[in-house]
Amino acid sequence: MSSSDHGAFPSADLQRLLDLLGAKGHRVVGPTLRDGAVVWDTIARVSDLPIGWRDHQAPARYRLEQTGTGEVFGIVHGPQSLKPFAFAPREPLLQIERTNGGLSIYPRLPKPEKIALLGARPCDVAGLAIQDQIFLRGPYRDSPYASRREGLFVIAVNCTRALPTCFCSSMKTGPRAQSGFDLALTELDDVLLIEAGSEAGKAVLTELPVSPASETLLAEASKRIGACAESQGRLQEQAALPQALYDAYDHPRWDDVAARCLACTNCTMVCPTCFCHTIEDAPTLDGQHTERTRLWDSCFTHEHGYIHGKNIRPMIKDRYRMWLTHKFAAWHDQFGMSGCVGCGRCITWCPVGIDVREELSALLASDGRSAARRSDNP
Amino acid sequence: MALLMKGEQKPKLGVFKFASCDGCQLSILNLEDELLLLGEALDIAYFPEASSRMDPGPYDIALVEGSITTEEDRERIKAVREQAKVLMTIGACATAGGIQALRNWADIESYKQVVYPRPDFVRTLATSTPIADHVKVDYELRGCPIDKDQLRRVITDLLAGVQPRIPTDSVCLECKRRGNVCVVVAKGMPCLGPVTSGGCGAICPSMGRDCYGCFGPAEGVVKGAGHPPNTSSLAKQFHDRLGLIPIEVVRRFRGINGAAASFRRESEAWAVEHTNSEGS
Repeated sequence: MSSSDHGAFPSADLQRLLDLLGAKGHRVVGPTLRDGAVVWDTIARVSDLPIGWRDHQAPARYRLEQTGTGEVFGIVHGPQSLKPFAFAPREPLLQIERTNGGLSIYPRLPKPEKIALLGARPCDVAGLAIQDQIFLRGPYRDSPYASRREGLFVIAVNCTRALPTCFCSSMKTGPRAQSGFDLALTELDDVLLIEAGSEAGKAVLTELPVSPASETLLAEASKRIGACAESQGRLQEQAALPQALYDAYDHPRWDDVAARCLACTNCTMVCPTCFCHTIEDAPTLDGQHTERTRLWDSCFTHEHGYIHGKNIRPMIKDRYRMWLTHKFAAWHDQFGMSGCVGCGRCITWCPVGIDVREELSALLASDGRSAARRSDNP
Repeated sequence: MALLMKGEQKPKLGVFKFASCDGCQLSILNLEDELLLLGEALDIAYFPEASSRMDPGPYDIALVEGSITTEEDRERIKAVREQAKVLMTIGACATAGGIQALRNWADIESYKQVVYPRPDFVRTLATSTPIADHVKVDYELRGCPIDKDQLRRVITDLLAGVQPRIPTDSVCLECKRRGNVCVVVAKGMPCLGPVTSGGCGAICPSMGRDCYGCFGPAEGVVKGAGHPPNTSSLAKQFHDRLGLIPIEVVRRFRGINGAAASFRRESEAWAVEHTNSEGS
C-alpha cells in the first residue's frame, strides 16, 4: 500500500461519491436494512445506508445490533452476494411465437443498466470473478450474464471486522480486496480511504475531491485489516483438500451430515459462486406464445439429479457430497481454482447451521478415512 | 404417465368435490383473464361449483378436490376414476387428507357429540384420507389452496400432450430466488419452508411469516420417486435451538398436511416426546 494511489476523505463526505456516480449515469446500489438483515437496494442518500448497525452471524443465526456510532459499513454482509446482479435468479431467455406453419424465436436480453455496487466485500468481489470465469471465459459466453456484468461498477469495502463465520483469509480472497474492483474503500473511524482498481475507477477518483492518504492512515488500515485476518479461524491446507476429499468418498461423515442436511438449497442459493440453473417454458393456454426463463437451481433438488428415468443422486448424502466435493475439489479440475471464497454465508443461512469448516475437518480426519477404507475391505 | 391424445374434439373437463372447502375450485375461477381461453380449449362438462350444466362422463381430465370422509364418497371416487382418462387431485385435502385429517388422531364419536346438536344424524368415517389411498392418481397439485398458475401450467401441458412438470422442491428455493431474508435464521421463526414443497412462490416468508407447510412435504418430481424431506433434523432445530417444546413441534407438523406421510411420522415422534415430558 503506498500513499500515492490512495486518497482519503471524511465519511461525512460520502454523499459526494454518490452524487458523482449518479451524475455519471450509475444507479447506486448498496446495503439497506430489511426484514432483520441487509439486502441490496437503491441508495439515493448516505442516510439510506445502515449507519451505526452491525451484524452478528453464527451457524443458522443472523442478528442486527444498533451500535449508535457513525460507522457506515459496520455490517459485514447479508444473505445476498453480488451474484443476483450478473447471474439473475430469474432471467427471461427467449420469447417464442407460433406463426403460420412455424415458430418465431426472439432472444431476450436484459435492458442494459449501469449499476454502482457500493459496499461489496472482498469475498464477494472474488465470487464475482469466479462467476466471470464460468459465464464469460469458457467455450460459451453467456449473453445475459455478459450484458448485466458490463454495467456493473464495483466499489469494494475492505474488512476490518470478521464474523465467526468468516474464513476469507484461508481462501485468500480477503479481508483486503486484491483485484476485480473499480474502487475500494477502507473505513477508519470517520475517515474513508479510497483507491482505484480499474481505469473506470480512476476516472471517478480523479473527479472526487480527496486528500492524499497519510502514511499513518495507511499503516492503521493495514493494521486493522491484518487483525481482521488474524481473528479468523483457519481452514485446512488448501493444496491438500482436493485429493483428500476424493479419498474421503466413502467416509462415514457423509452419513452424519446427511442426517442433519435438509437439502433445502439455501447454501447453494446464498453461495456467491454456485451457478446451477434450470430452464422453464411457460406457454399460454392456447399454445400461441411461450416464454423461456432461466431460474436459479440447486444440486440439492430432486430434478437436478434426475437424468433419463433415474435419479443419479437420490439421497441427501449423495447431494451434500456432490456439493462439497465440487466446491472444494472438482472446481479446481474444472476451473483451476477453488469454488469457495470463504464468505461463510452457507454456514449462517443453513437453517440447521451446518458448518462446512467442521465438515471438512471431520472428512479429512485420518481416523475417519481409515475407517472408511476398512469398511471397503471387510 | 397419463397423457391426452390430440383429437378432433375438445377434451372434456370434470371437476369433482369431496370433503373440502371449495377453495381450490375457486382457484380455477380465479384464473379470470384466462378463463375464456380455458373455456375455448376445454369442454367444461361437469363443474357444479361454476355451472348448472352437469354432463355425464367419460371425461378426459377429472380434477378432484377434497378428501374421503364418508362411505358414499369412498364409492363415488371409484366411479369418478372409471370415468376419467387423467385424474388429477387439486389441493391439500385431496392429496393428503387436509386439515380435517386431524380427526385421524382423535375420537370421532366425541367430536360429533361436541359439534352437532344431533350427532346421530351424522354418518362419517373415523378418518380423512387422500384420494390416492382409494384410486390411482395421475397427477397431484399441492397447496391450500392450489396455485392457479401451477394449475394453468399443468392443463396447458396436458393440452399440448406433454408430461406436466410439477416440481416439489423446497419453499426455500423460491424464497431465495425472490431475494427474501430467511425468517428462520434472521428471526428465529419455526418456518417449515425447508421441508415443504414450493409452488406457492414462497408467499408466507415474503410477508415476513413462517411457512406452515400448506404445500406438503417437499419430495421428488414424480410421486414416489423422491425421498421424504429431512423433517427430523428441522424438528430438532425447532426444539433444540428455537425453543419449541415437544407439543409445539407436534402442532407445527400437524396442520393442513398433517396426514402426509413424512409430516405425520414427525408429529407422531414428537407426540411421544410430549407424553414422556408430561410424565416426567
